[in-house]
Amino acid sequence: MSLPARCYDKHSREGDSFVGHDISPKQVRRIILSQSRRASVGHIGSCLCVVEILSALYSSVLRAASPDDPDRDRFILSKGHAGLALYASLVLRGWLDEAALETFCGENTLFAVHPEVGVPGVDFSTGSLGQGLSIACGAALAARLQASRRRVFCLISDGELNEGSTWEAAMFAAHHRLSNLHAIIDCNGQQALGRTSDIMGTSNLAERWKAFGWRTQEVDGHSVPQLVAALAAPSAGERPHIVVAKTVFGKGVSYMERGIPVTQTHLPVQPVNWHYLPMSEHEYWLAMEELEQSN
Amino acid sequence: MRKAFVDTLCQLACDDPRIMLLTGDLGYMALEPFRERFPQRFLNAGVAEQNMIGVATGLADAGFRPYAYSIAPFASLRPFEFIRNGPVVHKLPVRIVGMGAGFEYGYSGRTHYGLEDIGVLRTLPGLTLVIPADSAQAAAAIRETRDLPGPVYYSLGKDDTISVPGLNGRFELGKAQVVREGRDIALVAMGSICQEAVIGAGKLAGYGIEATVVVVSSFHPDPEDDLAHILAPFRHAISVEAQTVSGSLGALVATVIATRGLACCLHVLGVRTASDGTSGVQMERWRKYGLDGDSILAAALCAVRQGL
Repeated sequence: MSLPARCYDKHSREGDSFVGHDISPKQVRRIILSQSRRASVGHIGSCLCVVEILSALYSSVLRAASPDDPDRDRFILSKGHAGLALYASLVLRGWLDEAALETFCGENTLFAVHPEVGVPGVDFSTGSLGQGLSIACGAALAARLQASRRRVFCLISDGELNEGSTWEAAMFAAHHRLSNLHAIIDCNGQQALGRTSDIMGTSNLAERWKAFGWRTQEVDGHSVPQLVAALAAPSAGERPHIVVAKTVFGKGVSYMERGIPVTQTHLPVQPVNWHYLPMSEHEYWLAMEELEQSN
Repeated sequence: MRKAFVDTLCQLACDDPRIMLLTGDLGYMALEPFRERFPQRFLNAGVAEQNMIGVATGLADAGFRPYAYSIAPFASLRPFEFIRNGPVVHKLPVRIVGMGAGFEYGYSGRTHYGLEDIGVLRTLPGLTLVIPADSAQAAAAIRETRDLPGPVYYSLGKDDTISVPGLNGRFELGKAQVVREGRDIALVAMGSICQEAVIGAGKLAGYGIEATVVVVSSFHPDPEDDLAHILAPFRHAISVEAQTVSGSLGALVATVIATRGLACCLHVLGVRTASDGTSGVQMERWRKYGLDGDSILAAALCAVRQGL
């Protein structure tokens, strides 16, 4: 069909040999912690748990010559509250100047908690849960109609699966055989007010998505090699692809993983604390010390 | 206007491979001409309006011009936040078609009435709203707005037989159209109900009262300058719309009168009460809610004779 509307097909993927970029999870975490502390904002646990997923995507999966390459693979951070983790990945990919992050959560900044499309490398503004996968479906359908090889990746949270619109998109993608669509579920077991298992259970996720017609894989969400193996492989078959990535909320900072508000002792111990809390100076240094001592 | 919409879209699609038609599984005996001529550009997105707008956002970002079709409340209210965070935030040329404006779905009942779509969507700067009064104007409006870079919402009537005398298919974005001139009172109307304003004006003439009838067919840009110019000589104006009165045509006219310092007293005709659960054909709904030609006549007589 004669639908191509832009110049996508001028960009051959032949010779677009994807060269891995060195994006170390440790560096991503360093930026997340330092900017969260500087801006004194929360959502730290939500950012830390997707570090390996973003590191895998931006180091070895997403094919893009530049953030505005029209035929680049698209990435949609549907769980927009991990925006800082995305900014950190974009800095390390070389698409953002780290100095720009000094405005993160500052007055009149483009760098809010939730990402805005005006930031280089941010393909779509997100922040309202349950919307990213629908947009990803449209982007994937467009690529197919335009006979482009570009692929679409979308990171969603397990809490986000509460949204009915996510399942509208799940059915649409399977029905239209969007095999160039790759979703990743950040399966950290946490949502805004508690554990997903206590609020709206998300057990047997792989089975659920399989029943919806998706090709499913389960990986350790903190294993970059596993993530790369699952996501860098070419799209296959006719089904959309979803990777259920088991993650740990607050990964890499043990007191966050355990939900301990170290210096805010009036609060109960619960993982959801680090969905909201900014770090105190002491907590920041504890986190950085642990990070620097890690491998 | 439904036939006018589909016919016009087919004509535009012949020359523009970017155009796609998405539907939320509605449009029986209406959308078939497009589906048959452009099967690969027709997409039934299922009964999933939120996802349909999200998909349209992704398509538009890649260069397509998706028209997303459903019944007015399902096209506007259900996916409102998707509209805001999708094509509006991203400034993308998604076209949303809300079919069955006002009470047009009659006996289908209140869930199907399009009484709030304009007021609700008018809260979104960056979303152009187009509300044609008849089929000829709908065709012109769809053509004129085809290449707007941002999103557009069309509020269309199903009825293909309505024709507003004097309008002659005129449409200009951000402009108001005068279809009848008189010096005693101004009637400002929007959508299919413009025909009732013309009828009301005709009846007023029998009482020796000459009415100007103004058709407003778009918001964002609002026809503020036109309305200010047209209303300036009048002491009385009546706005008429098959919408709840909050935020729609009456609100625009009131704002123009207030902000331009006009010495004009406005009477807003629209839906003011919550539904009592009853339903009925459009004409009877207009009558029930005081929007038909006779009601407009009565309101105008009251305004002119008693000084409102």
